[in-house]
Amino acid sequence: MADYTKPLPMVTPDTREFWEGCKRHELVIQRCRDCGALRHYPRPMCPACGSWDAEWVRVSGRGKVYTWTVAVQPFHPGFLDEMPYASVTVELDEGVRMVSNVVDVPPEELYIGMPVEVVFEDVTEEITLPKFKRAP
Amino acid sequence: MDTLRDKSAICGIGETEYSKNSGMSQLALLLTAAARAIDDAGLRPSDIDGVVIAMDVVPFEDLAANLGCEDLKYAVTLNMGGASATASLQSAAMATATGVADHVLCITGWNGYSGMKVSTSASQLSGSAFTGLKVRDFEMPYGVLVPAHWYSPMARRHMHEYGTTSRQMGAVAVTMRRHAQLNDNAMMHGRPMTIEDHQASRMIAEPYRLFDCCLQSDGAAAVVVTSAERAHDARRRPVYIMGVAEGHPAPPDQIANREDMFQIGLSYAAPRAFAMAGVTTKDIDVAEVYDCFTWNMMIQLEALGFCGRGESGPFVESGAIELGGELPVNTHGGLLSQAHVLGMNHVVEATKQLRGDAGPAQVKDAEIALVTGWGDLGDGSVAILRR
Repeated sequence: MADYTKPLPMVTPDTREFWEGCKRHELVIQRCRDCGALRHYPRPMCPACGSWDAEWVRVSGRGKVYTWTVAVQPFHPGFLDEMPYASVTVELDEGVRMVSNVVDVPPEELYIGMPVEVVFEDVTEEITLPKFKRAP
Repeated sequence: MDTLRDKSAICGIGETEYSKNSGMSQLALLLTAAARAIDDAGLRPSDIDGVVIAMDVVPFEDLAANLGCEDLKYAVTLNMGGASATASLQSAAMATATGVADHVLCITGWNGYSGMKVSTSASQLSGSAFTGLKVRDFEMPYGVLVPAHWYSPMARRHMHEYGTTSRQMGAVAVTMRRHAQLNDNAMMHGRPMTIEDHQASRMIAEPYRLFDCCLQSDGAAAVVVTSAERAHDARRRPVYIMGVAEGHPAPPDQIANREDMFQIGLSYAAPRAFAMAGVTTKDIDVAEVYDCFTWNMMIQLEALGFCGRGESGPFVESGAIELGGELPVNTHGGLLSQAHVLGMNHVVEATKQLRGDAGPAQVKDAEIALVTGWGDLGDGSVAILRR
């Protein structure tokens, strides 16, 4: 883990609970306590109603591939060993979307609508990244 | 919505040579374009009392100090990526129409090849404001590193929903290259391309091939904007700003969670600009549309209303965007085949067309032109100009 060379997220007061959830291997998403809207990525204010009052709810971790790209040209030394790789936009069953990687699927087998479920990769002492695998 | 209509005009344009190695500092490059634009306007550098810099490419202090501005009344830097150049016309129109400033220099440029190339600098971007915090924390860890990675998933979704093809994107690249053959100051002048060349070019980020991606260039471009009254007395035929607007997608800080990925910034800006100008798509004689990638131009043609939603593939493949077609687009070769000067070259080309100075790429009797910008995850800007 010490030689992890890919970009890492910076944990901020606005995003800490998300990353702490990931460390517990739980996918948690912000929900507005006033209007009930789910939102991702994490942010202090609810874009739907302006409320600052939010809670974190554990979601199913299941979703579908919404779209993706396959990076063929390398742009960062940290990814050299796994070219080409796919960056995938996943739409969770709860409705919000997130960008991630699908760990067990070769890029050429991806398709829009493919069911996936979350897995967690402990990449450093501090950071665990939610990724996805093919779901039955 | 007519507050800015015909209140201001472009009275000077200037560009550097576009190359892979300017041999100049980025500041000297910008000053070269500035001096040419100011001279074209028949002004002295010290006449400039407003500066709008499209993207944070140099501090305005350095520009103003070199130009000898004695009483700079307005200085701003726009941070909308490639949408900044056309958006700078809105800022300049507001400043000159209200009398905040009399002669506003809109400018950008960079050593985008010999200096910081996007393609080799991604590893330095971590933590920068370039991509925004959401991309940094929630997308870069997954290898979403450069603009090709931001937009190619949108293009794939468009292919899925509307049957758009790589060959149709190739039609954009080939058309831009054809136009560049008419332009001595195009980096791809003398290097024609066929659709087969496009289809054979290597993949960068699916579905974007190498020839779907714009150039990286050294160069700078600038225009001088003044009030319509002052423009009457200018040395060159003024080009009036009929309508101008910017727009931002929701949410602007990420693409993934947009309910409708094809509702881009320009989707909001275009109706405002057309309403301000009092014209429709039918009135546009020539368009300079920001072409950082082939498909990005196509979705803008839809947002502008030149074709229906999902119909940009057949539209570009029909030859409509070629010189002589229904809507000639990027008569200078665009970012794809002239140079990547952050779209200020598009503003310059639109002005040349309306002056009748576009040389072999001249659209006959062009009276009304449209120019757009696209940047930073889909921010948009548009200006409608007339002679």
